[in-house]
Amino acid sequence: MLSFVTKNRFLPVWLLGLCLLPALASATPPVGSDAFAQAVERLQVKSYKEREAAVAALISSQDERVKPVLEAMLNARLFYTKKDKITVIGIKTKDGFSITGVLDQKSLGNASKSQLKKIKVNNKLRRILRAGIAALTLSDPAPEVRLSAVKQMYGKLGNAGIQILTTHFETETDSKVREEIQTLLHIHDLSSDDRNTVLKAVAALSKSLHPEVRNKLELLKDSTDQEISAASGDALKHIQEQLAFYAKVKTAFFGLSLGSVLVLAAIGLAITFGVMGVINMAHGELIMLGAYTTYVIQQLMPQYIGMSLLVAIPAAFLVSGAVGILIERLVIRHLYGRPLETLLATFGISLILQQTVRTIFSPLNRSVETPQWMSGFLEINPALSLTYNRLYIILFCLLVFAVLFLVIKKTSLGLSVRAVSQNRAMARAMGIRASRVDALTFGLGSGIAGIAGVALSQITNVGPNMGQDYIIDSFMVVVFGGVGNLWGTLIGGFSLGIANKFMEPWAGAVLAKILVLVFIILFIQKRPRGLFPQKGRVN
Amino acid sequence: MSALAKIRETFRRDQVFDFVNKQDYSRVDTSHGQILYVEDVSVSFDGFKAINELNFYIEVGELRCMIGPNGAGKTTMMDIITGKTRPDQGSVWFGQNINLLKMTEPEIAQAGVGRKFQKPTVFEHHDIFENLEMAMAGNKGVWSTFRARLSSEQHDQIASVMEIIGLSDCAKQRAGALSHGQKQWLEIGMLLMQNPKLLLVDEPVAGMTHQEMDKTGELLTSLAGEHSVVVVEHDMDFVRSIAKKVSVLHQGSILAEGSMDEVQNNQRVIEVYLGE
Amino acid sequence: MFYMLKGDRGGQALLLLLSIAVVLVPVLNLVVPEGHALHVSTFTVTLLGKYLAFALLAVAVDLVWGYMGILSLGHGAFFALGGYAMGMYLMLQIGDRGVYGNPDLPDFMVFLNWQEVPWFWQGFDNFWFAMIMVALVPGLLAFVFGALAFRSRVTGVYLSIMTQALTYALMLAFFRNEMGFGGNNGLTDFKDILGFSLQSDSTRVALFIASAAALALGYLACRAIVVSRLGKVVVAIRDTEDRVRFIGYRVDHIKLAIFTFSAVLAGIAGALYVPQVGIINPGEFSPLRSIELVVWVAIGGRATLYGAVLGAFIVNYSKTYLTGAAPEVWLFALGALFVLVTLYLPNGLAGLSKKKEAAA
Ligand SMILES: Nc1ncnc2c1ncn2[C@@H]1O[C@H](COP(=O)(O)OP(=O)(O)OP(=O)(O)O)[C@@H](O)[C@H]1O
Ligand SMILES: [Mg+2]
Repeated sequence: MLSFVTKNRFLPVWLLGLCLLPALASATPPVGSDAFAQAVERLQVKSYKEREAAVAALISSQDERVKPVLEAMLNARLFYTKKDKITVIGIKTKDGFSITGVLDQKSLGNASKSQLKKIKVNNKLRRILRAGIAALTLSDPAPEVRLSAVKQMYGKLGNAGIQILTTHFETETDSKVREEIQTLLHIHDLSSDDRNTVLKAVAALSKSLHPEVRNKLELLKDSTDQEISAASGDALKHIQEQLAFYAKVKTAFFGLSLGSVLVLAAIGLAITFGVMGVINMAHGELIMLGAYTTYVIQQLMPQYIGMSLLVAIPAAFLVSGAVGILIERLVIRHLYGRPLETLLATFGISLILQQTVRTIFSPLNRSVETPQWMSGFLEINPALSLTYNRLYIILFCLLVFAVLFLVIKKTSLGLSVRAVSQNRAMARAMGIRASRVDALTFGLGSGIAGIAGVALSQITNVGPNMGQDYIIDSFMVVVFGGVGNLWGTLIGGFSLGIANKFMEPWAGAVLAKILVLVFIILFIQKRPRGLFPQKGRVN
Repeated sequence: MSALAKIRETFRRDQVFDFVNKQDYSRVDTSHGQILYVEDVSVSFDGFKAINELNFYIEVGELRCMIGPNGAGKTTMMDIITGKTRPDQGSVWFGQNINLLKMTEPEIAQAGVGRKFQKPTVFEHHDIFENLEMAMAGNKGVWSTFRARLSSEQHDQIASVMEIIGLSDCAKQRAGALSHGQKQWLEIGMLLMQNPKLLLVDEPVAGMTHQEMDKTGELLTSLAGEHSVVVVEHDMDFVRSIAKKVSVLHQGSILAEGSMDEVQNNQRVIEVYLGE
Repeated sequence: MFYMLKGDRGGQALLLLLSIAVVLVPVLNLVVPEGHALHVSTFTVTLLGKYLAFALLAVAVDLVWGYMGILSLGHGAFFALGGYAMGMYLMLQIGDRGVYGNPDLPDFMVFLNWQEVPWFWQGFDNFWFAMIMVALVPGLLAFVFGALAFRSRVTGVYLSIMTQALTYALMLAFFRNEMGFGGNNGLTDFKDILGFSLQSDSTRVALFIASAAALALGYLACRAIVVSRLGKVVVAIRDTEDRVRFIGYRVDHIKLAIFTFSAVLAGIAGALYVPQVGIINPGEFSPLRSIELVVWVAIGGRATLYGAVLGAFIVNYSKTYLTGAAPEVWLFALGALFVLVTLYLPNGLAGLSKKKEAAA
């Protein structure tokens, strides 16, 4: 219910932006190329006054080449050649400048310092230039560009800036940009001498999460004016509440992402342990193999980091799956019905796998690169931004879960798996080749572990010991969720992840983990069969 | 299951530490002549009602036979009495003073309820003598068990039980190596060693020859009187040979009760046994 | 007196060997001069003493695993707890001879800027108090954990995983500096025990003798349990736990008693181990350590007790040898050992000799 309400609130905003996009694009005025050329020429005059007029003309020409010129001028990089009086942008090189014509934007090669004359600016001109650049950016057709332009103006607002923003506000259509501008103007109003303006601004800003607002309000709280002080106190309190809420949301998000790591690590185990009843202590090492597969594939195709990750997913599935099938055929097959022995033998295998990797790749951690599309973050508001890699892991986890769930519920392999796990003898009598099903099931669980390894390679160190870090957690998740129940694993993983993250702020990471472990140990005493126990007659 | 029910299930009282409400079960009070009261007991597994408002009473010294088709709930009934399965509702009292539903399996066994399982279960790695020794009545606390040494009377007692169950010659044989019938006898022997006040015997003669059946029958009838005995059996001849009173269990409740002849002529029983 | 060894050929041999070693090793170390062919170096004495401590630990594991069927992956933790209790005593014996020369505070506490010894270190400067703690702390932990687990009938692999989680949680906890047990580095730099220098040969020999005595007593105690009626019930619990309840034994109580006793033995083994190796750190809590010691028992032969001793010696000797000669091979060898023993030698080496006896 809750999520529905919030969705609704954002929907119109989002729709509005979408509808207005095409309109905006067509509203851009045509390029006035003659006016531009004339204005550029006028820049070369001597008097500053004249030059101010030239800049104004330049801006009003609305040519798309204007902005670079203004920026170059502001940075003292605008010149004209002494000989031909061509206005150029010069970039300093070892001996002189590499110059580009302003009008045709063609490179004119190199020029020595003596061949060029700088178009000078003074402070007044600089202010005009800055405002001009901001104004030009503000008229960019893309709302995101305008938004970031406004954001860049925080704290650097001169009177000219206010002017520009106020005028631009009239014509701005994008609600997000409007909101941002309003916030900015209100922040400016906070330092006004007129107490009514201040009060109005305080009231308007009581919902803003911008850090600047908090700083200003803190100052105003100490104001001698009772009313202003009280109002800012209230506004601050409101803002703090909001921040606390978003901090919780953020923690929950971290918890979800930790939870999906746990689920990814445990879901393969949910198949091998949960469905088949095989205790595979080498599960962590199968995850490790997946991570190393990712590493190797990145080494093979270093120029396609983004692609390599996608290639790694099936590759890791195959590598870990194959190793899993090998383990099943060579060892586990002989130990069905003797779980404690299986535990010991697979533990031995885990040692061998670890040492193999250590021998091949060295005991040091390997670094796996994160592709471009996974770095960065999604900003929801100034107090809440979600990193893409965590977001992707959550999505990936859900995807893997969904696929696995369908495989188990809908495919014939899944049907055989369930049949064999429920009654081996009967399944065999019905013509299911139990040993083949066992091998394939184990391969499936192991392959999923490999896929988990791909995901983990993006967020933790890839090293020979990484499997050890996950095996106990994975077992805890499966046991907590209820053996033999995929949903249990999903819910168990997420709840443990969230619980862990919510405890971290006051307990610290290690203690939180210990507490979670202790909780599960106690929980299992109370409900030995986990959250969602499998049904059936126990003997 | 709804979320609420799930939460309730999680916080079930009977799974929490109930050592708070201990009861004294050292002496059974049977002054009203009844040793077992099963009243209004129901249990269901995943929605299937295996026992449905079951009511019956066993008198002191009585030998009661219970018959009923497969899946009637006979074994489940014994599971409930011996504490293996917890009923959803109802009450089970041993004598007037002992509430069996509040007790664990060993407490119930200590109070004087012995059981022979349908599928004979003996300790396969131990020899016959050890099986009987472990079952022997006495203080079964940890320390006493550690300190326990066989007195010569106890030795004789075990020997005589081995005599009764016909396994004297193979006292040192591993129980795992016994035949099905021998295991049945060994389990009966263990029951004798426990010397319980109430014996629950689930299908004692499955896998036995006719002679052995007669012997078992004699044994059970001789036990009645001093002990109370409940026998579940499918073999009608055997039941006829030992029974005074028979109860017919069907779909988890008592369908008919009386002498073998009465029961056999009961119209509903005939329907149940002979078809639709 | 030694009724419990009746029919236990392996145990008789073990006790004999131990008595011989207790006489011979000190003589060969202290009396036979260095350089002589028969001289046993102090290094070897300590190594043997360490193996004896491990053997006691293995016996403790065999009692719960071999006889009762509980594959405990937490005995490494009980061992370590006993070791820490001993380490705390040794730590407080250092006095002002530490690097910082603080007479009241162990070095790591000075380093952490602590002003006084925390409450749970109180009393550990007394040897006997520390010895009581050696038994009490692991025993109590086993008791509480076992009381919960056995009551709710957590069995089989679930129980194993739970014990492993417990060990893992303890490891994480002991790695934290704030816990007050020296964090990462653990407790080390011990100087003396009961006033005798830990570096001196005679102290080393005394520790060796103490370890041998502890192993002998531990062995006899376990053996006494095993041959008693309780021992039979314990094996019955391993085979058919449910049935045992119906003949009137409180299975949870029995399991709890044996498990706790076994944990105490493990703690004592830890306490003997620490002064001989001179360090105890959180690494002892690592899940690998706990599983490793299960394989000692497995290779020696479960449910024989003497097999556990044998396994502890064989595996640890191989480890000492291999980690010296070819360190990268050790984990391969240990891993292969796990696999091969479970697949091809389910009854261990003791099982081999039994088979031969049966064949003869
Ligand atoms: N723990 C359980 N879980 C699910 N179903 C159960 C359980 N215990 C018993 N049942 C069901 O309850 C019904 C009664 O079983 P019970 O074993 O008591 O029958 P019975 O009368 O002893 O039959 P038989 O003569 O074949 O031994 C059966 O349908 C059985 O499947
Ligand atoms: Mg039955």
